[in-house]
Amino acid sequence: MKNAPGTRDYDWWLLAILTTICALGVIEIYSATHGSSLAGMHWKQVRWLAVGFLLMFALSRLDYHLILDQAPVLYLLSIAALIAVLSVGHTRFGAKRWINLPGIGELLQVSELVKLVIIIVLARFFAEVRSDELDLRDLIKAGLIVGVPLILILKQPDLGTALVLMPMLAVGAFLAGLKWQHTAVFSLVGIFLIGAVFYPPVSRRILKPYQRERITSFLHPEEDAKGSGYQLLQSKIAVGSGGFWGKGFGNGTQNQLGYIPVRYSDFIMSAWAEEQGFKGVLLALGLYMALLLRLVQNAQRAKDRAGMFLVMGVAAALGFHVLVNVAMVIGAMPVTGIPLPLMSYGGSATLFVFLAIGLVMNVRLRRFVN
Amino acid sequence: MSYWFGNDNRLPQARLAVASYVIVGMIGVLLLGFWKLQVIDSDKYDTLAERNRVREIPIIAPRGRMLDRDGRVLVDNRPSFSVLLLREDMSQVEKHLGAISDGLGIPMADLEEQLNNTKDLPHFEPIIIKPEASQADVAFIESHRVDIPVLEMISVSRRRYQPEGFLSHAVGYVGEVSEEQIEESNGKLRPGDFAGKSGLERQYNDILMGTDGKRRVVVNSVGKEMKDMRLSEQEAIPGKQIQLSIDYDLQLVAEQSLGARPGAVVALDPRNGEVLAMLSHPAADPNDFAVRISGDEWKRLNEDPEKPLLNRAIQAQLAPGSVFKIVTATAMLEDHVPSESFKTTCPGYATFFGRQYHCWVYYAKTGRKSHGVTDLHEAILKSCDVFFYNVGLRLGIERLAYYASHFGIGHKTGIDLPSEEPGLMPSPGWVQRVQHRKWYQGEVISVSTGQGAVTTTPVQLARMIGGIASGGVFMQPHMLKDAPNVGVERFPISEPTAEKITDAMYGVVNEPGGTAGQLRLAGIELSGKSGTAQVIGYDTLARIHKQKKFDDNAWFVGYAPRRNPEIVVSVLVQESGKHGGEAAGPVVRDVIKAYYDKKNKKEGQYTAETKAPAPRSKPVTTVVSVPRAPRVALKRQEAVSATTARPVSERER
Repeated sequence: MKNAPGTRDYDWWLLAILTTICALGVIEIYSATHGSSLAGMHWKQVRWLAVGFLLMFALSRLDYHLILDQAPVLYLLSIAALIAVLSVGHTRFGAKRWINLPGIGELLQVSELVKLVIIIVLARFFAEVRSDELDLRDLIKAGLIVGVPLILILKQPDLGTALVLMPMLAVGAFLAGLKWQHTAVFSLVGIFLIGAVFYPPVSRRILKPYQRERITSFLHPEEDAKGSGYQLLQSKIAVGSGGFWGKGFGNGTQNQLGYIPVRYSDFIMSAWAEEQGFKGVLLALGLYMALLLRLVQNAQRAKDRAGMFLVMGVAAALGFHVLVNVAMVIGAMPVTGIPLPLMSYGGSATLFVFLAIGLVMNVRLRRFVN
Repeated sequence: MSYWFGNDNRLPQARLAVASYVIVGMIGVLLLGFWKLQVIDSDKYDTLAERNRVREIPIIAPRGRMLDRDGRVLVDNRPSFSVLLLREDMSQVEKHLGAISDGLGIPMADLEEQLNNTKDLPHFEPIIIKPEASQADVAFIESHRVDIPVLEMISVSRRRYQPEGFLSHAVGYVGEVSEEQIEESNGKLRPGDFAGKSGLERQYNDILMGTDGKRRVVVNSVGKEMKDMRLSEQEAIPGKQIQLSIDYDLQLVAEQSLGARPGAVVALDPRNGEVLAMLSHPAADPNDFAVRISGDEWKRLNEDPEKPLLNRAIQAQLAPGSVFKIVTATAMLEDHVPSESFKTTCPGYATFFGRQYHCWVYYAKTGRKSHGVTDLHEAILKSCDVFFYNVGLRLGIERLAYYASHFGIGHKTGIDLPSEEPGLMPSPGWVQRVQHRKWYQGEVISVSTGQGAVTTTPVQLARMIGGIASGGVFMQPHMLKDAPNVGVERFPISEPTAEKITDAMYGVVNEPGGTAGQLRLAGIELSGKSGTAQVIGYDTLARIHKQKKFDDNAWFVGYAPRRNPEIVVSVLVQESGKHGGEAAGPVVRDVIKAYYDKKNKKEGQYTAETKAPAPRSKPVTTVVSVPRAPRVALKRQEAVSATTARPVSERER
């Protein structure tokens, strides 16, 4: 612990990839909003990115073992915060997700921070499992750890964020030595749950009306092209009409005329694909793949299992974000409200990603430290 | 170091490797999804994106005008607004339907019907829900642009017809196309389009109707038009104008002369078949249905016993009365049956087959009740029925039908107007076929004087008398000036016959004892034949026989000059108590007088100007150049071969 890590130990490749993705995001936010009442949004995003970089470096300096030490405290705090959001939170777009932070003045989406805490708590939990194989008892414990905040987040309601907790658990359990039989069983249960969501008699009981509507519109987007299926259909039209070469920066008609829903945030990939075409998508998804593989590489080189679980928790969260968001953009998944990490506009989401990368840096910086 | 932290660095490398593969696989699958959308299905989505942003607003092409033979405007257009309903978003349409119904005063059921009628058209095409927007409608739409985004207005041009039904039957009117018209048009017409429904508007619809253009505008996701983004515009191609052979002046004189009496006037130039005037009374004002006629009003017009929509000039099939005697007389002279010198004694009636047939003179209010001894000339002059009864009996129905048929009775004249009626020339074959009985020999007695089953239309009689006076050259009546391909039928009449017949018709007006002596015009060789038929037609009579008004059909077909006439006017007046010369004759005289007044004035002006050209400071454009009427082959609906030298009755047998 005495040997403080030097700057050359930072993962500069990771930072380069990260910065490039952020640049693509800022460019597309500019293109999507410059002619509208939202003009100037890209500067706001740059500000969030700057804050994110600072937080990332700050978090990377603090030894992750110290953070893991405080995992139970962080867990309890975040449960308390989630309850606070439910009771005094700020309602926007029909959901209580935001809480006003005095001083910062911006609305903070608590569940984003909770994701980070769950990564830490799960890393701590799985690191403590000392066997090569994960037995059912430990698995149930891990499930309970994730289950409590998950239910609270669902109450907001924020299905998207709640869903992100699942892959964290799944990846963690897998790496902690989940038995193949269990893997199979849980896969089946997962498939069954997804099926239930799409099966109206069941979904009526477990989903909110707006969530059911999203599912319906995902299954039949053309049925009501200006109602709930509108977003998916317009996104597909934007992507498809972009073609291989794209319509060019600022020339996407779907984007510029406002046919793409929240084109600067959740559907930014749609705007990007329309204006930059398949070649642009290749670049963007290539960068995301490089980012995720780089994370896995960092996990592989982690000094200990705790570090590896931390990094892979981050990878699971980011990978899931990318998958669900991009699949939604091409109409392969229903609208879940999950933003595209680093490209979508948004304060809380950006800060979460940078803090998560901060954890990864943290682990990397300490790989040679004894 | 915390208690839980051991130096545990046994990392599950194999499982981490699996994670890498999963990442690569995931990105690969996503890329495949993009490949499908952006490369494979790109065209489809490109079209959808275009459809999203581009809204097509039709530019209605103005219909071509109609000019009279001197280039005066008979039918033109006036600007107006139509209300469009944008149907791209049916949920919006349904949401606002009630407000639209209230705001524009269109019954809800009407709106729903229109939506239903057009549901098969692509949804990005708007439909016209109110063809004629009032100022209040315009204000309503302007003030609700934001909350009712599915309404739009386009400027259109509306038909402007002459007021009070002037020339209305010939011109016809336009209206929303019927399903039948849409089917016939091979995709040129679509629901909601306006096209000619009757008269010339229908006949020459293809020429008069232009091609609508399109204005393409960019709209954003909330339907707002982006004014700064301009797209190509497809201009409307206006319809071509047509120049009619109608002479406004003659038409006006005819309208005034016929007045409020039910009847019809057709004035033709027998040299080329050009129709100079055509009218039918009573008439409806087509301006009333230039937009959209309500069902009730339509029903009222159709069920009106006076039949204002019937163009009597080409559709009234009535007994021609004594006008038909010209056919009998021509047949007699041509076939020499009986011989030219045939004479009868008319005591006011004659008895055939044990039945008394009266001559009209028997019922005359004044003077002698008999014609005494008459030859052909006198019989035509005085319209002696007894003479023609005898001639008819001797000729027989076969010969009579042969000539009548070649003079066009029972056949459409082929005038370029829709729904012409052929009239009827009875014959033994016809009664056999239609009435399933044998021909009674006595029937020829009525037919030879234009009574009985024989019926004609005014235009038929004009063509026939004009043709006979021209020595047997029958020009196809038509409505376009200088039309090419005018049909002509030649059925030569020998010179002595033509001379005798025209002599007699000249005598009808100009000799003492003629039935139309009061029509005499100084300096004009006005000739003609009157006719009075007691009935409209057997069936019609039965229906309306209590209405005295229709008891008599007064005819007069007059022309000038006596041989090879320049103008022939056929007039029908449906008025009781007067015979043809009295009731219809004056209309013929007025029109022919107007024709010569105009002709002489023109010639006079011409000579005056050439003799003493007025000094002019600047060139004065006096002649409006009028594009020639488009070349249209006149349709001959029912060709009658002029070479068939067989009696019609034979063919029918």
